[in-house]
Amino acid sequence: MKARVHVMLKDGVLDPQGEAVRHALGHLGFGGVEAVRQGKVIELDLAATDKAAAEKEVVAMCEKLLANTVIEKYTIEIA
Amino acid sequence: MKAAVITFPGSNCDRDLAVGFEKAGAEVIRVWHKDTELPKGVDIVGVPGGFSYGDYLRCGAIASRSPIGQAIADFAGRGGYAIGICNGFQILTEMGLLPGALMRNASLKYICKPVTLKVATSDSVFTAPYGKGAEVVFPIAHHDGNYTIDPEGLKALQGEDRVAFRYAQNPNGSVDDIAGVLSANRRVLGMMPHPERAIEDAQGGADGAALFRALAALGVEA
Repeated sequence: MKARVHVMLKDGVLDPQGEAVRHALGHLGFGGVEAVRQGKVIELDLAATDKAAAEKEVVAMCEKLLANTVIEKYTIEIA
Repeated sequence: MKAAVITFPGSNCDRDLAVGFEKAGAEVIRVWHKDTELPKGVDIVGVPGGFSYGDYLRCGAIASRSPIGQAIADFAGRGGYAIGICNGFQILTEMGLLPGALMRNASLKYICKPVTLKVATSDSVFTAPYGKGAEVVFPIAHHDGNYTIDPEGLKALQGEDRVAFRYAQNPNGSVDDIAGVLSANRRVLGMMPHPERAIEDAQGGADGAALFRALAALGVEA
């Protein structure tokens, strides 16, 4: 079973890297980019076969390590 | 006084931190990240700067969950003293021993230079030797020193007088110019600037020596 975790900065937390990307896009002539937020994707190969159990475990992984919930939020896809 | 200085893979200020304690008269015990407990009789834990675990995932994230990480959290939870400098500050916030988080510098640049700090409170063993309002010069050397905390958390820090140091000129975008913060019991300090790189004149300044002398006096009967 595979899990994909998206980790993004919470709304309202300033993202200096996203801002830099937005500026760079502007320099390349891509007008109209009003905001860029940069996050990360973490893919996990899991031994689990039960989707609900896998999801519960990945939530625990996010809370304990994969995301810093002080500044980050996460979403989980299980497939 | 006994200080434990932790070494993670990628720590690079652990020796400097040990020398800071030793020159002030403390006994230093070096502790490896795979150790599961701190040596007996330790008065303070020093979490050094560097790039623990290559800064993978997030700065300090993996170190904060390492075997020794739990021992440090337990020690602080029992009222033990701890100081985390630079990467050590990032580790202590990732552990939840200190509030907030350290993000990429607003300029996106790694910054390495001496900076002037204002001591923001006298009320801690770390800052008492300077006194509130004093100015000290410590080097900074970081890419992720942009201190962030939610508005309620910031209000709590300010209201409880838990900002230890502020930048005289904000180099990295930190909210409220914050360079270092204290735990609620005022026994855990995290700071981005490096007092251990300013303990003798040959380093360009010795403002950090007073901090280590104050720590070396911990647990020593007056």
